[in-house]
Amino acid sequence: MSLIETSAIGPATPAQVRTVEEIWKEEPGLWGFLTSVDHKDIGKRYIVTAFAFLALGGIEAAVMRAQLARPDQHLLSPEQYDQLFSMHGMTMIFLYAMPILSGFSNFLFPLLLGARDMAFPRVNAMSYWVFLASGIFMYAGFAIGAAPNDGWFNYVPYSEKAFNPGLNMDFYALGMIFLGISTTIGALNFIVTFLRLRAPGMAINRVPVMIWGTLTASVANLLVIPAVSLAFFLLWTDRQFGTHFYDVSAGGQPLLWQHLFWMFGHPWVYAIVLPAMGMVSDGLPMFCRRTLVGYEAVVLSTIATMVLGFGVWVHHMFATGLPAMAMSFFSSASIIITVPSAVAIFAWIATIWTGRPVRTTAFLFFASTIVLFVIGGVSGFMTGSVPVDWQLTDTYFVVAHLHYVLIGINLFPVCGGLYFWFPKITGRLLDERLGRWNFWTMFLGFNIAFLPMHLTGLLGMPRRIYTFPADMGWDTLNLITTLGAYLFAIGVALTFVNVFLSLRRGRAAGPNPWNASTLEWSVSSPPPPYNFAVIPIVQSRHPLWEDELGNGVARSTLDSGLYLDAGRETIATSMLDGEPDLILKMPDDSISPFVLTLAMSVFFFALLLRSWWLAGLAAAAMLVTLIAWLWPRRKLEQRVDGVRA
Amino acid sequence: MNQAAAATFTLPAGSIDHRGVGWWGLLCAIASEGALFGYLLFAYYYYAAELGNNWISGPMPSFRLALPNTIILLASSATVWSAERAMKRDQRKASLLWLSGTLVLGIVFVIVQLLEWKSKSFSPSTSSYGSLYFTLTGFHMAHVAAGLIGIVLAIIWCARNYFDSRRHVPLLIVSGYWHFVDAVWLSVFFTIYVSPRLWS
Repeated sequence: MSLIETSAIGPATPAQVRTVEEIWKEEPGLWGFLTSVDHKDIGKRYIVTAFAFLALGGIEAAVMRAQLARPDQHLLSPEQYDQLFSMHGMTMIFLYAMPILSGFSNFLFPLLLGARDMAFPRVNAMSYWVFLASGIFMYAGFAIGAAPNDGWFNYVPYSEKAFNPGLNMDFYALGMIFLGISTTIGALNFIVTFLRLRAPGMAINRVPVMIWGTLTASVANLLVIPAVSLAFFLLWTDRQFGTHFYDVSAGGQPLLWQHLFWMFGHPWVYAIVLPAMGMVSDGLPMFCRRTLVGYEAVVLSTIATMVLGFGVWVHHMFATGLPAMAMSFFSSASIIITVPSAVAIFAWIATIWTGRPVRTTAFLFFASTIVLFVIGGVSGFMTGSVPVDWQLTDTYFVVAHLHYVLIGINLFPVCGGLYFWFPKITGRLLDERLGRWNFWTMFLGFNIAFLPMHLTGLLGMPRRIYTFPADMGWDTLNLITTLGAYLFAIGVALTFVNVFLSLRRGRAAGPNPWNASTLEWSVSSPPPPYNFAVIPIVQSRHPLWEDELGNGVARSTLDSGLYLDAGRETIATSMLDGEPDLILKMPDDSISPFVLTLAMSVFFFALLLRSWWLAGLAAAAMLVTLIAWLWPRRKLEQRVDGVRA
Repeated sequence: MNQAAAATFTLPAGSIDHRGVGWWGLLCAIASEGALFGYLLFAYYYYAAELGNNWISGPMPSFRLALPNTIILLASSATVWSAERAMKRDQRKASLLWLSGTLVLGIVFVIVQLLEWKSKSFSPSTSSYGSLYFTLTGFHMAHVAAGLIGIVLAIIWCARNYFDSRRHVPLLIVSGYWHFVDAVWLSVFFTIYVSPRLWS
């Protein structure tokens, strides 16, 4: 038992800074790339990969919009169209929307919390590699023409073997189980990091809202990912081993698929917007030069939204003939949930109203979220009502609704977050002039594309048809949508252009270009590998604004605090009030996460190809890697010396 | 902590009792895997509610093997708890013995469960009941197997004198996971063997 006496020190001396730099820096070259467990590297990789999937999903959408620009077109065959809309939905929802938020949260968590890394750095690296590998896995199906073709929610019986004999559904089923591993271990890491790695003094009412958003999303993911993994596993055994989970002829229940899928699916919708709403709650006030109005209300409503979000899944199933009692219950839950989810909207409006807005590009993106969220929220409220849903389900009205929600409360805040945190991530500011063009093309393009789509749906155009006849009154609306979609695509492309140009030519940012208030802005841009030379001691919600806020706010100490240099170390604190209670020994860089992911990839491909001996071999490799990974180490103080009798 | 600059903390370092992050990671993993079994049980009761008691393939599931096996598994929870307690008192040999006992009980459980599987008149591809019966108990068996690998590792680590009364988080994690596997079995046992009798 080693008790280490740790004293707070004043500003770290240059020699002390060099010592921690030496301890935390990663090896150069390919080996360093493959073994790095630095949350900042992992966060950046998540962001880049998720944006790459956004681009792929966008191209798929662009092809579909070309097909739908005019009636009676045959650019695509029905089968190609089916695969495209399934891949588009799967890509955007699973490979872009959640991973992009994981990217920002990974980069920001330890910096916002005053820690040197995430609670489980190697698990973190693994969650990225598995995300990448599962994305490649599902796209491998697309590459050989066997992509999922039953929509992203993949209803049975059409996805059963009898109706879908190819590998399409096996790619999707195994790929989703594979991806679920990444999301689950990522969620676990966010939760434990939140509970244990906040800087001394950072009580839970002092953490940024974005952290709360990610925490609630992670708790939800931890509890609902097993539902979708199980649903896909049962589908896979139905297809490969002749089980009868969804097969009516032998006592199976097709609706069980819909229950399991939406028990996952609806909480997931909140999981991919709550962290993004947190970005707005933290970023928007910085450009209003004041603190967020109603922090407590926003945090509590974030949690309330997530809790209620577990009880609304049946509103996806109103048209399946469920008992009226069940529908009434889920309909009222779906309508009540608008109350907590609207709290943030009013907080943001009040923040702008009572602040002194600085109209940067980031501000425009954050503020536009309010508009888009209201439109998407109202259309969601409408379809939460059973009779309205019966009229509108499976029409383009629902497509319009879900795009307002997912683009409005995920992509727009993410772009705001990109303009806001890009200087922290790279050390350079994104170009503001190009930023205006970027914002306005995206905002106009998006609304031109999707606002008329509500009408298309009200006029009865069903979703997921590969073409439509000319005399239905849908022609003009579809043409407008296609033109708007292309304008929107140009807008998104401008984001990438701005990133590429600014990476090389952008203005140097300095530590705090926006004069923002939270801990990440107290360190250099980009942050050093160890994040904080001394662990700060936090006494308020806005450590960098304590002078401006004045009125007796206790002072945080940022340049003096705990200094740890016996290997990679950071401080664990108590769960609620952030009292230091342990020095955590952090692992060095490691190849295990990458090797384990490789073995898992072989395992899933072997299952796909029904090569059981190869699957067994890969499973053995996974086990050996895992045991090596988990073997207690003296350096991490996980064991005592093994010499005593 | 207001006079932080002058503060001195005396803190333990590394993996210590329930403060180590590994323990917290285990709790999260248990929450997620517990949810997985929750969904499996949801599927069971969903079929049962939709299809009624005729849904069950073969005769009413018998307690003959399942009840003694449940007692064996509960006993293994007690032995692993004793191993943990012995380690907290620095009785390493006793801890090793209790762990070995847990391993034996766990293996007996697996063997009895395999016999139970063999005695069934239906297979996973006979009906939705057969599919779910073997998937539910199969998922549990997979967790038992994972737990047993953990117990074997704990035995090796204890035998190599890696742990003492204060530093033994890997042992806490293995034993916590084993308790979870046992608790899940109780819900599986209730669902498969007891619940059909309640509404017949």
